[in-house]
Amino acid sequence: MELILETLGLTETAALLSLSPPGWGANLLRGLANSLQIALGAFGMGLVIGLFGAYGKLYGGPILRDLLAIYTTVIRAVPELVLILILYYVGTDLINKLAQFMGYGRVEISGVVAGIWVLGIVQGAYATEILRGAIQAVPPGQIEAARAYGMPALLTLRRVTVPALMAFATPGLANLWLIATKDTALLAVVGFNELTLETKQAASSTRSYFTFFLAAGGLYLMVTLCSGVVFARIEKWARRGQPSLRQGGL
Amino acid sequence: MPTAASADPDPAATATPSTRTVSAAQGQSGQDAVRIEGLHKSFGTLEVLKGVSLTAKQGDVVAIIGGSGSGKSTMLRCINFLETPSAGKIVIDGEEIKMRADGSPANRRQIERIRTRLAMVFQSFNLWTHRTLLENVIEVPIHVLKVPRAEAIAQARTLLQRVGLANKEDSFPAFLSGGQQQRAAIARALAVDPSVMLFDEPTSALDPELVGEVLTVIRDLAAEGRTMLLVTHEMRFAREVADHVVYLYQGQIEEQGPPAEVFGNPKSDRLRQFLQSVS
Ligand SMILES: Nc1ncnc2c1ncn2[C@@H]1O[C@H](COP(=O)(O)OP(=O)(O)O)[C@@H](O)[C@H]1O
Ligand SMILES: [Mg+2]
Repeated sequence: MELILETLGLTETAALLSLSPPGWGANLLRGLANSLQIALGAFGMGLVIGLFGAYGKLYGGPILRDLLAIYTTVIRAVPELVLILILYYVGTDLINKLAQFMGYGRVEISGVVAGIWVLGIVQGAYATEILRGAIQAVPPGQIEAARAYGMPALLTLRRVTVPALMAFATPGLANLWLIATKDTALLAVVGFNELTLETKQAASSTRSYFTFFLAAGGLYLMVTLCSGVVFARIEKWARRGQPSLRQGGL
Repeated sequence: MPTAASADPDPAATATPSTRTVSAAQGQSGQDAVRIEGLHKSFGTLEVLKGVSLTAKQGDVVAIIGGSGSGKSTMLRCINFLETPSAGKIVIDGEEIKMRADGSPANRRQIERIRTRLAMVFQSFNLWTHRTLLENVIEVPIHVLKVPRAEAIAQARTLLQRVGLANKEDSFPAFLSGGQQQRAAIARALAVDPSVMLFDEPTSALDPELVGEVLTVIRDLAAEGRTMLLVTHEMRFAREVADHVVYLYQGQIEEQGPPAEVFGNPKSDRLRQFLQSVS
């Protein structure tokens, strides 16, 4: 093993990336874990916002529809980096004001929670649009059948609408998830220790920029590849009731 | 005139699912299963139903015929409140559906409960495409009627066998013919042991050679004493299975009576013309 590394001239690289100090590998992995945690949380929050947002846009009253239109337009118009700065500083500021008002001192806001909150709001805007389109693609007869057989609204949502819209929403949601994993890198600007910031710190401490950023790139790529496999499975499952286009021949 | 919702408590509202089931076959013959009184329905300014009254007793097969756009589907859909009537009164198994002044149901729970006693079979089947046939049939019994899963599955298998789909229980609807899908939809309807079945042109979306297999199933159900309201363009079939035929013309009942009368000796010119045009 060492011989191979030696001949390839990678001994130094291996030492830098080693999981135990003085290697920085553990730091990178910790950053990756943080990134994934935020991405998962934000994606989940985005789905919940998106489902409510989609229903609001489709069936809500005029005021709710206008508010949702403003939300999705603004969020999708402003660059994510700017949004993150705004939401992060405004959000923490508001919480601190509230805490002071209620007689507590400054509260320390966990980076993970703040990150999920900020990215979740961004993801929610995109998820609203993806799910709105998917809900509209569900044949109305399926929802009508649920109503005709006495299913209450929430049961219909859970048993009929959501499973049926999955077939239409999965490709869009898969994209959204990948965006979530990469948007976590933007949280570096507010000093959150996700993968990119950890990488930057490792790189500048050791002056081995190339090694560390290449390693980080590899980690992001791995996340993407694994996500692809998972989403392909989800999509196959979601489309289980639909004849594939390929099967029919030309 | 909208019927004011009566204020008396609703005794059946507290009935548990298991006491609910009174199958059509067991039900008292002669009792009204469906009673519609003075039903009006407008879509905006378009008045589609102009005061329709109709009664189906337990075990009756009522065929509803009429030209396209005469309001047949709308009438059927008002019975289970898929459409909100503009005015009128609907009584299912002696229980009046409480309506607000605008015709919307006053009590959502009541509507949902009554809907489980009505089973609708749609022109376009409307099976849940992400579920297998078996899953389609057990869905409502398990999740709405709270029947234990094993029991629901056993019953569903019996029903699928009855409609000739025993070997298709794991297939998804999109992989089956229209006739098979409609038979599965009938099995789904039977799974709630409905007191009234509502058929809205069940064979109109089918290729001609598939119509027969669906009609055979419906004929069986009629013979077994199921109460049904059947909108159809199959005049010969209507004449054969119906106890009562209703001819709807522009939102009103133009003529009704026993099939021999309505088909054999139509009194209204419009009905005579209609029968000529479809035969
Ligand atoms: N949701 C709706 N909105 C507006 N008009 C409708 C709607 N549903 C039905 N109609 C109209 O009501 C009339 C009766 O329709 P329908 O009951 O479907 O007729 P039938 O089933 O007898 O062919 C038609 O003129 C149709 O265009
Ligand atoms: Mg119709």
